[in-house]
Amino acid sequence: MEWSAEQVGRAYLIRLQGEFDEEAADRFRAHVDALLEQGGLRDLIVVMREVTFIDSSGLGALLGRYRRLQAQGGRVLIVAPPRHVRAILELSGVPKLIPILRSERQALAAGVGGSP
Amino acid sequence: MSGANFVTIEAKAVIGNVAVIRYAVAAVASQLPFTLPELEEIKVAVSEAVTNAVVHAYPEEPGVVRVRAEVDGEELTVVVTDHGVGIPDIARARRNGWSSDPERLGMGFYFMEEFMDSVEVSSTPGAGTTVTLRRRPEQVAPPAAQPSATVS
Repeated sequence: MEWSAEQVGRAYLIRLQGEFDEEAADRFRAHVDALLEQGGLRDLIVVMREVTFIDSSGLGALLGRYRRLQAQGGRVLIVAPPRHVRAILELSGVPKLIPILRSERQALAAGVGGSP
Repeated sequence: MSGANFVTIEAKAVIGNVAVIRYAVAAVASQLPFTLPELEEIKVAVSEAVTNAVVHAYPEEPGVVRVRAEVDGEELTVVVTDHGVGIPDIARARRNGWSSDPERLGMGFYFMEEFMDSVEVSSTPGAGTTVTLRRRPEQVAPPAAQPSATVS
Protein backbone atom coordinates (compact mmCIF):
# COMPACT_ATOMS: atom_id res chain seq x y z
CA MET A 1 0.00 0.00 0.00
CA GLU A 2 1.17 3.50 -0.79
CA TRP A 3 -0.23 6.79 0.37
CA SER A 4 -0.08 10.53 -0.03
CA ALA A 5 -1.13 12.88 2.71
CA GLU A 6 -1.70 16.47 3.61
CA GLN A 7 -2.45 18.40 6.75
CA VAL A 8 -5.77 20.30 6.62
CA GLY A 9 -6.07 22.44 9.74
CA ARG A 10 -5.72 19.96 12.58
CA ALA A 11 -6.75 17.02 10.43
CA TYR A 12 -4.42 14.67 8.65
CA LEU A 13 -5.90 13.63 5.34
CA ILE A 14 -4.33 10.43 4.05
CA ARG A 15 -5.17 8.93 0.65
CA LEU A 16 -4.41 5.22 0.58
CA GLN A 17 -3.66 3.26 -2.54
CA GLY A 18 -3.38 -0.51 -2.83
CA GLU A 19 -3.81 -3.38 -0.41
CA PHE A 20 -4.45 -2.73 3.27
CA ASP A 21 -3.16 -6.01 4.74
CA GLU A 22 -0.87 -6.81 7.67
CA GLU A 23 2.24 -5.49 5.94
CA ALA A 24 0.50 -2.19 5.16
CA ALA A 25 -1.17 -2.09 8.58
CA ASP A 26 2.22 -2.13 10.33
CA ARG A 27 3.48 0.82 8.28
CA PHE A 28 0.20 2.76 8.53
CA ARG A 29 0.15 2.32 12.32
CA ALA A 30 3.76 3.44 12.71
CA HIS A 31 3.25 6.44 10.41
CA VAL A 32 0.11 7.77 12.11
CA ASP A 33 1.32 7.06 15.62
CA ALA A 34 4.57 8.96 14.98
CA LEU A 35 2.49 11.98 13.91
CA LEU A 36 0.27 11.66 16.98
CA GLU A 37 3.31 11.64 19.22
CA GLN A 38 4.59 14.84 17.60
CA GLY A 39 1.28 16.51 18.55
CA GLY A 40 -0.72 19.05 16.54
CA LEU A 41 -2.88 16.36 14.99
CA ARG A 42 -6.44 15.87 16.14
CA ASP A 43 -8.47 14.21 13.39
CA LEU A 44 -7.74 11.61 10.76
CA ILE A 45 -9.45 11.41 7.37
CA VAL A 46 -8.70 8.13 5.61
CA VAL A 47 -9.51 8.26 1.89
CA MET A 48 -10.00 4.67 0.74
CA ARG A 49 -11.13 5.27 -2.85
CA GLU A 50 -8.07 3.44 -4.24
CA VAL A 51 -7.87 0.68 -1.65
CA THR A 52 -8.19 -2.59 -3.55
CA PHE A 53 -8.12 -5.02 -0.63
CA ILE A 54 -8.62 -5.01 3.13
CA ASP A 55 -8.56 -7.76 5.71
CA SER A 56 -8.82 -7.84 9.50
CA SER A 57 -5.24 -6.52 9.85
CA GLY A 58 -6.15 -3.32 7.96
CA LEU A 59 -9.39 -3.00 9.88
CA GLY A 60 -7.48 -3.47 13.15
CA ALA A 61 -5.08 -0.66 12.24
CA LEU A 62 -8.01 1.68 11.48
CA LEU A 63 -9.78 0.77 14.70
CA GLY A 64 -6.59 1.14 16.73
CA ARG A 65 -6.06 4.70 15.40
CA TYR A 66 -9.73 5.45 16.11
CA ARG A 67 -9.23 4.40 19.74
CA ARG A 68 -6.12 6.54 20.12
CA LEU A 69 -7.60 9.65 18.50
CA GLN A 70 -10.91 9.32 20.28
CA ALA A 71 -9.10 9.14 23.63
CA GLN A 72 -7.57 12.53 22.75
CA GLY A 73 -10.90 14.05 21.65
CA GLY A 74 -10.22 13.58 17.93
CA ARG A 75 -12.21 11.94 15.18
CA VAL A 76 -11.59 9.47 12.39
CA LEU A 77 -13.53 9.45 9.14
CA ILE A 78 -13.37 7.03 6.22
CA VAL A 79 -13.98 8.40 2.72
CA ALA A 80 -15.22 6.58 -0.38
CA PRO A 81 -14.27 2.92 0.05
CA PRO A 82 -14.97 0.81 -3.05
CA ARG A 83 -17.97 -1.49 -2.82
CA HIS A 84 -16.15 -4.72 -1.91
CA VAL A 85 -13.98 -2.94 0.67
CA ARG A 86 -17.07 -1.28 2.14
CA ALA A 87 -18.78 -4.67 2.45
CA ILE A 88 -15.93 -5.89 4.66
CA LEU A 89 -15.95 -2.69 6.72
CA GLU A 90 -19.67 -3.22 7.33
CA LEU A 91 -19.28 -6.88 8.21
CA SER A 92 -16.72 -5.88 10.85
CA GLY A 93 -18.98 -3.28 12.45
CA VAL A 94 -16.31 -0.57 11.97
CA PRO A 95 -18.83 1.99 10.53
CA LYS A 96 -20.65 2.00 13.91
CA LEU A 97 -17.53 3.73 15.25
CA ILE A 98 -15.93 5.35 12.22
CA PRO A 99 -18.37 7.14 9.89
CA ILE A 100 -18.05 6.52 6.15
CA LEU A 101 -18.49 9.59 3.95
CA ARG A 102 -18.70 9.91 0.19
CA SER A 103 -16.14 12.62 -0.45
CA GLU A 104 -13.21 14.48 1.04
CA ARG A 105 -15.26 17.67 0.82
CA GLN A 106 -18.00 16.07 2.89
CA ALA A 107 -15.44 14.94 5.47
CA LEU A 108 -13.96 18.42 5.78
CA ALA A 109 -17.46 19.95 5.92
CA ALA A 110 -18.22 17.65 8.87
CA GLY A 111 -16.13 20.06 10.93
CA VAL A 112 -13.09 17.85 10.96
CA GLY A 113 -9.77 19.62 11.09
CA GLY A 114 -11.17 22.97 12.28
CA SER A 115 -10.45 24.69 15.56
CA PRO A 116 -12.02 23.10 18.62
CA MET B 1 -9.11 -24.84 -17.71
CA SER B 2 -11.21 -27.56 -16.10
CA GLY B 3 -10.83 -30.68 -14.00
CA ALA B 4 -8.68 -31.24 -10.97
CA ASN B 5 -5.60 -29.20 -10.28
CA PHE B 6 -3.51 -28.14 -7.33
CA VAL B 7 -0.69 -25.78 -6.50
CA THR B 8 1.40 -26.01 -3.35
CA ILE B 9 3.42 -23.08 -2.06
CA GLU B 10 6.02 -23.39 0.64
CA ALA B 11 7.00 -19.97 1.88
CA LYS B 12 8.97 -18.35 4.64
CA ALA B 13 6.39 -17.19 7.18
CA VAL B 14 7.01 -13.48 6.72
CA ILE B 15 4.39 -10.82 6.25
CA GLY B 16 5.49 -9.84 2.74
CA ASN B 17 4.60 -13.34 1.51
CA VAL B 18 0.94 -13.08 2.51
CA ALA B 19 0.06 -11.13 -0.64
CA VAL B 20 2.04 -13.52 -2.84
CA ILE B 21 0.09 -16.46 -1.43
CA ARG B 22 -3.34 -14.88 -1.73
CA TYR B 23 -2.69 -13.95 -5.39
CA ALA B 24 -1.58 -17.50 -6.16
CA VAL B 25 -4.61 -19.04 -4.44
CA ALA B 26 -6.96 -16.62 -6.24
CA ALA B 27 -5.36 -17.63 -9.55
CA VAL B 28 -6.01 -21.31 -8.79
CA ALA B 29 -9.56 -20.52 -7.57
CA SER B 30 -10.30 -18.66 -10.80
CA GLN B 31 -10.19 -22.01 -12.60
CA LEU B 32 -13.67 -22.53 -11.08
CA PRO B 33 -16.55 -20.21 -12.07
CA PHE B 34 -16.20 -17.92 -9.05
CA THR B 35 -17.47 -14.37 -9.55
CA LEU B 36 -15.08 -11.48 -8.91
CA PRO B 37 -16.74 -10.68 -5.54
CA GLU B 38 -16.39 -14.35 -4.57
CA LEU B 39 -12.68 -14.27 -5.48
CA GLU B 40 -12.27 -11.13 -3.35
CA GLU B 41 -13.85 -12.96 -0.41
CA ILE B 42 -11.58 -15.97 -0.94
CA LYS B 43 -8.57 -13.63 -0.94
CA VAL B 44 -9.66 -12.19 2.41
CA ALA B 45 -10.14 -15.67 3.94
CA VAL B 46 -6.73 -16.84 2.70
CA SER B 47 -5.10 -13.64 3.89
CA GLU B 48 -6.54 -14.22 7.37
CA ALA B 49 -5.34 -17.82 7.57
CA VAL B 50 -1.84 -17.05 6.30
CA THR B 51 -1.52 -13.88 8.40
CA ASN B 52 -2.36 -15.95 11.48
CA ALA B 53 0.45 -18.36 10.64
CA VAL B 54 2.91 -15.51 10.07
CA VAL B 55 1.94 -13.43 13.10
CA HIS B 56 1.13 -16.07 15.71
CA ALA B 57 2.80 -19.37 14.81
CA TYR B 58 6.46 -18.36 15.05
CA PRO B 59 7.11 -15.90 17.90
CA GLU B 60 10.89 -16.41 17.68
CA GLU B 61 12.24 -17.00 14.17
CA PRO B 62 9.96 -17.15 11.10
CA GLY B 63 9.36 -20.75 10.08
CA VAL B 64 7.61 -22.11 7.03
CA VAL B 65 3.98 -21.82 5.97
CA ARG B 66 2.72 -24.30 3.42
CA VAL B 67 -0.39 -23.64 1.39
CA ARG B 68 -2.05 -26.11 -0.91
CA ALA B 69 -4.81 -24.79 -3.16
CA GLU B 70 -6.81 -27.48 -4.94
CA VAL B 71 -9.71 -27.38 -7.35
CA ASP B 72 -11.43 -30.65 -8.10
CA GLY B 73 -13.84 -29.38 -10.72
CA GLU B 74 -16.52 -28.29 -8.23
CA GLU B 75 -14.83 -27.06 -5.10
CA LEU B 76 -11.82 -25.07 -3.97
CA THR B 77 -9.90 -26.45 -0.99
CA VAL B 78 -7.13 -24.40 0.62
CA VAL B 79 -4.99 -26.03 3.29
CA VAL B 80 -2.72 -23.72 5.30
CA THR B 81 -0.18 -25.52 7.47
CA ASP B 82 2.48 -24.24 9.83
CA HIS B 83 4.78 -26.02 12.24
CA GLY B 84 4.70 -23.31 14.85
CA VAL B 85 3.54 -23.02 18.45
CA GLY B 86 0.00 -24.22 17.82
CA ILE B 87 -3.26 -22.80 19.18
CA PRO B 88 -3.81 -23.77 22.82
CA ASP B 89 -7.56 -23.11 22.76
CA ILE B 90 -9.10 -23.36 19.28
CA ALA B 91 -12.63 -22.57 20.46
CA ARG B 92 -11.43 -19.33 22.02
CA ALA B 93 -9.29 -18.41 19.00
CA ARG B 94 -12.31 -18.85 16.72
CA ARG B 95 -14.55 -16.65 18.85
CA ASN B 96 -15.40 -13.41 17.05
CA GLY B 97 -13.64 -10.44 18.61
CA TRP B 98 -11.14 -12.47 20.59
CA SER B 99 -7.49 -11.81 19.92
CA SER B 100 -4.32 -12.64 21.78
CA ASP B 101 -3.12 -9.12 20.87
CA PRO B 102 -5.03 -5.92 21.82
CA GLU B 103 -3.93 -4.17 18.60
CA ARG B 104 -5.84 -6.77 16.61
CA LEU B 105 -9.47 -7.11 15.75
CA GLY B 106 -9.86 -10.81 16.49
CA MET B 107 -11.98 -11.25 13.39
CA GLY B 108 -9.70 -13.49 11.35
CA PHE B 109 -11.64 -16.70 11.90
CA TYR B 110 -14.94 -14.83 11.65
CA PHE B 111 -14.00 -13.64 8.14
CA MET B 112 -12.83 -17.13 7.16
CA GLU B 113 -16.16 -18.56 8.32
CA GLU B 114 -18.16 -15.78 6.70
CA PHE B 115 -16.43 -16.10 3.32
CA MET B 116 -15.94 -19.86 3.01
CA ASP B 117 -18.40 -22.76 3.08
CA SER B 118 -16.40 -24.55 5.74
CA VAL B 119 -13.40 -23.91 7.99
CA GLU B 120 -11.62 -26.71 9.81
CA VAL B 121 -8.86 -26.10 12.32
CA SER B 122 -6.60 -28.67 13.89
CA SER B 123 -3.71 -27.71 16.09
CA THR B 124 -1.19 -29.39 18.35
CA PRO B 125 0.59 -27.11 20.84
CA GLY B 126 4.27 -27.15 20.02
CA ALA B 127 3.76 -28.91 16.68
CA GLY B 128 1.69 -26.59 14.52
CA THR B 129 -1.68 -25.74 13.03
CA THR B 130 -3.60 -26.72 9.93
CA VAL B 131 -6.52 -24.66 8.66
CA THR B 132 -8.64 -26.10 5.84
CA LEU B 133 -10.91 -23.74 3.91
CA ARG B 134 -13.48 -24.93 1.36
CA ARG B 135 -15.75 -23.09 -1.02
CA ARG B 136 -17.88 -23.88 -4.03
CA PRO B 137 -18.89 -21.26 -6.57
CA GLU B 138 -22.42 -19.95 -6.08
CA GLN B 139 -23.20 -20.29 -9.75
CA VAL B 140 -22.98 -23.66 -11.44
CA ALA B 141 -20.36 -23.91 -14.14
CA PRO B 142 -21.83 -23.71 -17.61
CA PRO B 143 -21.63 -27.08 -19.36
CA ALA B 144 -18.43 -27.50 -21.32
CA ALA B 145 -18.87 -26.41 -24.90
CA GLN B 146 -19.73 -29.37 -27.08
CA PRO B 147 -17.67 -29.73 -30.21
CA SER B 148 -19.77 -28.42 -33.01
CA ALA B 149 -21.05 -31.04 -35.42
CA THR B 150 -21.31 -28.63 -38.27
CA VAL B 151 -19.27 -25.69 -39.23
CA SER B 152 -21.22 -22.85 -40.67
